[in-house]
Amino acid sequence: MLGSSILRRIDWLSVLIFVLLVAIGWVNIYSSTFSQDGGSLFDMSQLYGKQLAFIGFSFLAIVLVMGLEASFYERFSSLFYLIALVLLLGLFLFGKTISGATSWYDLGFFNLQPSELAKTATALALAKYLSDIQTDIKRRKDQLYALLIIVLPALLIIPQPDPGSALVFFALVFVLFREGLPIWYLLLALLAIVLFITTLMFGTVWVVIGMGLLILIFYMLKKSSYKIPLLPVLGLALGTLVFSLSVRFVFEKVFEQRHRDRFSLWLRLEKDPEKLEEIRKTIGYNTYQSEKAIEAGGLWGKGFLEGTRTKGDFVPEQHSDYIFTTVGEEWGFAGTSVVVLLFTVLLLRLLYLAERQRNPFSRMYGYGVVSILLIHYFINIGMVIGVLPTIGIPLPFFSYGGSSLIGFTMLLFIFLRLDANRLNEYS
Amino acid sequence: MKKLVLTSMIILIGVTFIGRLSYLQLFRLSQDQVLEDPAIKLVYDYPERGYIYDRHGELLVANQPAYDVMVIPREVQPLDTLEFCSLLDITPEKFREQLRKARVYSPRLPSVLVPQLSKEDYAGLQEKMRKYKGFYIEKRSLRDYKTPAGANVLGYISEVNEWDLQRNPYYSQGELTGRTGIEKEYEDLLRGRKGVKMIQKDRYNRDIGPYKEGTLDTLPEPGTEISITIDKTLQEYGELLMNGKRGGVVAIEPESGEILALISGPTYQPSLLVGRERSQNYSKLHYDTIAKPTWDRSILAEPSPGSPFKILNALAALQEGVITPETSFHCYHGFYVGNKLRGCHCGGGVRTMNSGIFKSCNAYFAGTFRKFYEKFETTDMAMDVWEKHMRSFGLGDYLGYDLPTGRKGRIPNKEYYDRVYGDGRWSSSYIISNAIGQGEVAATPIQLANMVAAVANRGWYRTPHLIKKVNGKDIENDYPNFTERKYTTIEPQYFEPVVEGMADVYNKGTAYNLRIPGIDIAGKTGTVENYTRIDGVRTQLTDHSLFIAFAPVDKPKIALAVYIEHGYFGARYAGHIASLMIEKYLKGTISRTDLEKRMLEKTLEAEYAKPYSGEKFEINEHAW
Repeated sequence: MLGSSILRRIDWLSVLIFVLLVAIGWVNIYSSTFSQDGGSLFDMSQLYGKQLAFIGFSFLAIVLVMGLEASFYERFSSLFYLIALVLLLGLFLFGKTISGATSWYDLGFFNLQPSELAKTATALALAKYLSDIQTDIKRRKDQLYALLIIVLPALLIIPQPDPGSALVFFALVFVLFREGLPIWYLLLALLAIVLFITTLMFGTVWVVIGMGLLILIFYMLKKSSYKIPLLPVLGLALGTLVFSLSVRFVFEKVFEQRHRDRFSLWLRLEKDPEKLEEIRKTIGYNTYQSEKAIEAGGLWGKGFLEGTRTKGDFVPEQHSDYIFTTVGEEWGFAGTSVVVLLFTVLLLRLLYLAERQRNPFSRMYGYGVVSILLIHYFINIGMVIGVLPTIGIPLPFFSYGGSSLIGFTMLLFIFLRLDANRLNEYS
Repeated sequence: MKKLVLTSMIILIGVTFIGRLSYLQLFRLSQDQVLEDPAIKLVYDYPERGYIYDRHGELLVANQPAYDVMVIPREVQPLDTLEFCSLLDITPEKFREQLRKARVYSPRLPSVLVPQLSKEDYAGLQEKMRKYKGFYIEKRSLRDYKTPAGANVLGYISEVNEWDLQRNPYYSQGELTGRTGIEKEYEDLLRGRKGVKMIQKDRYNRDIGPYKEGTLDTLPEPGTEISITIDKTLQEYGELLMNGKRGGVVAIEPESGEILALISGPTYQPSLLVGRERSQNYSKLHYDTIAKPTWDRSILAEPSPGSPFKILNALAALQEGVITPETSFHCYHGFYVGNKLRGCHCGGGVRTMNSGIFKSCNAYFAGTFRKFYEKFETTDMAMDVWEKHMRSFGLGDYLGYDLPTGRKGRIPNKEYYDRVYGDGRWSSSYIISNAIGQGEVAATPIQLANMVAAVANRGWYRTPHLIKKVNGKDIENDYPNFTERKYTTIEPQYFEPVVEGMADVYNKGTAYNLRIPGIDIAGKTGTVENYTRIDGVRTQLTDHSLFIAFAPVDKPKIALAVYIEHGYFGARYAGHIASLMIEKYLKGTISRTDLEKRMLEKTLEAEYAKPYSGEKFEINEHAW
């Protein structure tokens, strides 16, 4: 029977970690939205009650996902992608606006956020396209198409505006690298990031000088030729100069003040300590409060329902994007490191599962799942503990929210379904 | 390689996160406990300060409500400053200054804006306070004095200052603490313990309920009521007698060491140092550097003890066996130190111990003192023995009574003389003045009173103290230092001849005119020479008047020392006051109303003004 074979073949380690993360997440949502006059756990007027319902829906979604044939996902992936795009487009007409962003459909009992579902659809579509026998990732044209699949939903999401969610889609380029996109693309991207940051921190002149020195050192170490190839070196130097200048231009003309402030805070660009403190407490209010709350937890935390800053609602959005601060305050370093460990183990496990797939589609989709989960986890916790600038995206399985929970659950379990089926496939 | 990109990223990110989290949670963990947590507000519940009663249960100090206007700077919103200031009865400048100070102290914690409004001021303000965000009224309790006397004993309370706050974390801004006297000494008892309520706040600073359901809250512990050994009637009467006089009067019950009265003149009404006028009044008193009303002469003044000190020299000589009561000396209207004659007012002739004491013969005691020193091989040895005897009466060091200030007085020893005259460059003739209490010896009035108590008990005393009952219970074993007997080095049998001499001071000696019908008193007058520098010239002023006494002679109920600055000879001011105090305490009424009238009316203000007049002046004038 199909059901029993799935139960036997499903990767229980991943399932276990998933259950743990959802459970820990809910406990912390309960704590950060708990109030004395709240009713039972299932009180639907309370956020923790609603989240419990969402968890119920997620389990329904799991049953649904596991119940379908593995081949179903590969076959209909293009359709899902199209539906996702249509839903995203539809927001421009029928979208519901919550705190400034038109990202939801009002379904009465529940607000649906299609961008959460689009992540799964895009990962499926990308895997489908790349696994096509006709696609060769070494070809420029195919690279461009692949990129288009990724960028298209992101472009629809940016104007909602929800740049954070849009950013997530770019994580899918990791799938491309796995499938043979030359690695220097990645190095180039890394270089761009480094140049971006160093330009802001040290200015164009120093960046160009530094780059020049690096190139010189590189060729001196190489020793293979005594003649420095002038053209590429000059090209690189010029490229650096142009990029660096454009960074300044974008930073000063395109960015808005609030974006600039975030970078000022993150990279400590503001040298005046008083002004920096001022920014810390205004622009950086969320991060400031979340860091303080996490600090207050210490090694063992203050205990369940004992977090004073949590109860006092000092950290905004604590039940959604900042849920990790509750872990920090109430469960301390013990709690936060366990959560980080769970995510690390889950991601590595999924990576291992992806590599063992015989079907390229399954492998690529697996990589897509890991990429998306990783970027959420990285950006969210990085923001909460103050190593990254503020970018508001949820922590998978943890943050309050039906769409994201159900979206992530489907994302994960479609892959587990594919994985459970791997022995049946020969390619 | 390409397979490892994500793996290494996942691990790198995990390590980074753990590193950052351990930095935040393990190393940067500030002392961010309950007190500093912005999410918890502490609300204090102040208990009422303990009442103070006198030895007979008469109420001395009670409480009255007062109202502080408090401010939490960060919650202040724009307001009509002028209107608010007129309500509070302060100037806008003062208002802004106070607000600035409060902000400097802490924008988040309450500070006092205007302290201690009266009930009447509060009534008008109360209903309008709601209009002014960030301000509120905190009820406190101020002292309410039921006696005009005893300011030096009772002390006063005032707002804690920066130093108090640093020294003792119990206190927070605007709270009151005992500053001097009993209020300071027994602060911990009287204050009680404030209760704390912890309120959970949200980020808009709104209360959202008790923190941890109030399980950490504490109830206030009420202040303890105490009784002190002071006799209210005697204290008040003594202060009346001290009208216009400077000095100290200390009365002790010899049996128990309880201080019956501790009077310093000039004094002030304790109620002056209460409420809004406190600091103003305090400055006025504090900066009166001539009369020094805040300087408690009963425990801080250190005059030479003068003739009363002869008593101790007699006792020491008897104990060492260098004289018997019958040993006689001839007085040639004085005695010689080297070839210099020191005068004596006793009238001259043969003196034994009895007449030596009641006529206060200087020559007799100089002779006794010499004999004392001749007994020992060296002056050093003699001095050590002498010092030991003197100190056994509680002289030369802090007595250990329960008030926060005091002086040691001085019993000079060989180290002292070595320091003053150079090592070994002094001999017994240098120190002969100590024989008549006039040299380097010095004692505070309370030390003298204690000395008298030791004589009255014939050889022991209990450390003078003020605490009598705590929460209505006698102190008994709680203060062993106050209840155990301290023995002098003089054996009891040597006291009788001395006490007899002291009784004869009243019967036929220098205090003959101060007898009280029906009460046997033993006493000793003292007239202490008094020098000062006026424009750099050593000038003699009118003598200090000293008197010690105890009564009744057989079963002493009261021992006292009276010290009156510029009071001339001992039997005048000091003797009068001692006599009246004894009669008041033992009989309750005064039979010699002429004596009383004289003391109530006569002041020494004119005498005190003399050295400051800039003109030549007479000293030791006979006023009556």
